[in-house]
Amino acid sequence: MYLYPKWIRAWHILNSILFIILIVTGLSMQYTGKKDYVLVVGFEEAVRWHNISAIILTINYIFFVAGNLFTRNGRYYRVKREHFFSDLFKQLKYYSWGMFHGEKHPFPVTMERKFNPLQKLSYILAMYVALPLIIISGLGLLFPEIVVKGLMGVSGMLLTDLLHITMGFFLSVFMIIHVYTCTLGKRPESLFRGMITGYHATEDHYDLED
Amino acid sequence: MKFSIFRFLILLVFTLLVSLKANGIFRVQSESINQDSAAFISPYEEDNQRCFVCHGQSKYTYKNETLGRDIKALMFSERIIRKDEYYQSNHKSFSCTDCHSSEYANFPHAGELRMEPRLNCIDCHGGDETYHFDGIEEEYKQSTHFKLEEEGFSCWECHDPHTYKISKRTSQNLKETIAYDNAICLNCHSDFDRFELLTDHEEINILKKHDWLPNQSAHMASVRCIECHTQINENLPVAHLIKPKTEAVKRCNECHSQNSMLMASLYKFESKEKRKDGFFNGIILNQSYVIGANRNEYLNFMSLIIFGGILAVIGIHVFFRINK
Ligand code: HEC
Ligand code: HEC
Ligand code: HEC
Ligand code: HEC
Ligand code: HEC
Ligand code: HEC
Ligand code: HEC
Ligand code: HEM
Repeated sequence: MYLYPKWIRAWHILNSILFIILIVTGLSMQYTGKKDYVLVVGFEEAVRWHNISAIILTINYIFFVAGNLFTRNGRYYRVKREHFFSDLFKQLKYYSWGMFHGEKHPFPVTMERKFNPLQKLSYILAMYVALPLIIISGLGLLFPEIVVKGLMGVSGMLLTDLLHITMGFFLSVFMIIHVYTCTLGKRPESLFRGMITGYHATEDHYDLED
Repeated sequence: MKFSIFRFLILLVFTLLVSLKANGIFRVQSESINQDSAAFISPYEEDNQRCFVCHGQSKYTYKNETLGRDIKALMFSERIIRKDEYYQSNHKSFSCTDCHSSEYANFPHAGELRMEPRLNCIDCHGGDETYHFDGIEEEYKQSTHFKLEEEGFSCWECHDPHTYKISKRTSQNLKETIAYDNAICLNCHSDFDRFELLTDHEEINILKKHDWLPNQSAHMASVRCIECHTQINENLPVAHLIKPKTEAVKRCNECHSQNSMLMASLYKFESKEKRKDGFFNGIILNQSYVIGANRNEYLNFMSLIIFGGILAVIGIHVFFRINK
């Protein structure tokens, strides 16, 4: 089943590389000591690479949003109101219980439904809540003159920075979970293969034995 | 399902605010900045007025005895003393003629008055305990500007005799202090006319020389020149030993780290409050957020817990997948 068009794959590979760079350089800045090299790079290098990657990521993000606006891929991200929580719960139950007891996947992948409810929600939160916030706060740190001076006696930069760091943290958490859930395909590596070739390994249900 | 996303957002913002509140950084800065705004009345007001009639603005009038009439002329900007600034300065209670010869009352001023030696700070302030003038004097003698003494450099070059006003460094007016202190250096370092009087050195473009510093304007508004250019001295409130340029602070980590040197210089006056509200170097937060220096130990701890928890859950999941 051809699920991941070229542009999604291109966006995704660039996005994940940039993300890793951003996390490493971000942590380097946050946890600098007096020594020059913390984690991988020194502070000055970290600032430079963080800025460069962030700008490319922002452009790449615009590309992602545009892609989902103008191609049919956007429909996978639409949420329906009814059964919202019960569907989430079903999926959660499958991951924590059902899949170990030979149950069928409650939401098998089809051309009409690429993501299960849990996947969909996490992608929406990451892509349409956390990413915009981290980009906006990041721009604020890059151009401090656009940031409000202060709010109720707290420096505007501090608020901006806390927002940035918090979103960075959430997205790092997202990424760990995301990469792990991507091993829950037909075989542990099949979803990764799918993201490279574009083809999703079809099966009736996710089965860990074959 | 826009609705639940919206709810999630509200929840997110709310928890953020609560955690901020718990950290107590919503400090209402109620203390108003009460500068001594009440006008100072000098006992020498009238005396000084004799000088201010001419030195107080850009035009002055004098009687030309030969022609027998009043002549209007321009006062050089260097000779103008702003009255309001004078009466707010450290030496506001002085009469002009405490430091200048009383002969200056006459106009034209006698030529030999120019040769009059000037008083130095130490002449009056020697032995001072509060501001450590002697220590400052000693540092000044080792500073890079000292070699310019023969050309006329002195403490007065940085401490304008008529306007210098010591900054009270509190967290309320710190940004003003920074701007004031930097103007002291830039007065000369970005005014080539003044600079040139002291040296044959070609013009130094301060902006260009510091363009390795990202966001230079943000940095220059949040730290003083002397942070990077002086040797930190435990015993002096304001270090005066300006080092040669090769020894200036260039490493970002000096400030952007947990044991930020800013705590020993700019924020020295309140450095006891180092770990206020769980933020390392919390006192800086009243003014700036310095990446690296202002980590929050609670947030650090929380993120470790969450990451650990997630890895544990994944580990358990993997275990069940293998051993199901
Ligand atoms: C009638 C106008 C006038 C009055 C009154 C006057 N000055 Fe001046 N003063 C000048 C002018 C013009 C100059 C610049 C030309 C010069 O140096 O003679 C000057 C120069 C000076 C200088 C700089 C001399 C130098 O080294 O170049 C000092 C110091 C000074 N005045 C002090 C005083 C003091 C103190 C008073 C009051 C007691 C005073 N003046 C009153 C007009 C005046
Ligand atoms: C605390 C001592 C002090 C007092 C008080 C003082 N002056 Fe001065 N003044 C000086 C010194 C020192 C200089 C030389 C500054 C220099 O060389 O840069 C000077 C320089 C001057 C100059 C020449 C300006 C220049 O840059 O060379 C004028 C004019 C002047 N004073 C006028 C006055 C007048 C008018 C008053 C009173 C309103 C006054 N001064 C009060 C210490 C004083
Ligand atoms: C002619 C003697 C004299 C000279 C020269 C002099 N001062 Fe002063 N200074 C005083 C006196 C007296 C006071 C106290 C004034 C008052 O309380 O109104 C004072 C006050 C001060 C204060 C304020 C202290 C406070 O607690 O508010 C500072 C700072 C200061 N001087 C710095 C300097 C510096 C720097 C120089 C040299 C650039 C200098 N002074 C030169 C006599 C002098
Ligand atoms: C290169 C410029 C420069 C020179 C030269 C200089 N100072 Fe300063 N000085 C400063 C700056 C900048 C400050 C900080 C101003 C402030 O915040 O009050 C300062 C502050 C001071 C203070 C106040 C310290 C405090 O506790 O706030 C004193 C006193 C002082 N200087 C004395 C002197 C004396 C005495 C000399 C000459 C031996 C001298 N300075 C020469 C730049 C200079
Ligand atoms: C973040 C630290 C930092 C701050 C803040 C800073 N400087 Fe510098 N400055 C340096 C360093 C490092 C150098 C040496 C640059 C080099 O070697 O290329 C330098 C060089 C200089 C030089 C010598 C340039 C030359 O090549 O001759 C001057 C003059 C100077 N700074 C003045 C200032 C003034 C004035 C301010 C305040 C407005 C200031 N600096 C603020 C770090 C700083
Ligand atoms: C009245 C003028 C004047 C003021 C005020 C002044 N400087 Fe300078 N400064 C000079 C001159 C002139 C030189 C060049 C010396 C030379 O010939 O090499 C210089 C050189 C320097 C250098 C370079 C030293 C080197 O190794 O080449 C630094 C750094 C510096 N100043 C920092 C400061 C700082 C920081 C302040 C404020 C606290 C300050 N200056 C205030 C006139 C001034
Ligand atoms: C003298 C101390 C000092 C040094 C040295 C220093 N910084 Fe900073 N930096 C600060 C302070 C203070 C702030 C906070 C500015 C504010 O108020 O927002 C800051 C802020 C920043 C910011 C955030 C700017 C913004 O958008 O608000 C960056 C990025 C940064 N520094 C990078 C660097 C790099 C890279 C270096 C080394 C080349 C460096 N800094 C050296 C003190 C320093
Ligand atoms: C090394 C890190 C990463 C790896 C290995 C990885 C792997 C994968 C794989 C295998 C898929 C296809 C399976 C699926 O559709 O769920 C996928 C899809 C996706 N990933 Fe990642 N990912 C990484 C990082 C990220 C990051 C950082 C983000 C976002 C911030 C992200 C967002 C997405 C999105 C939105 C999709 C769905 C794309 C679509 O088909 O519309 N990924 N990822």
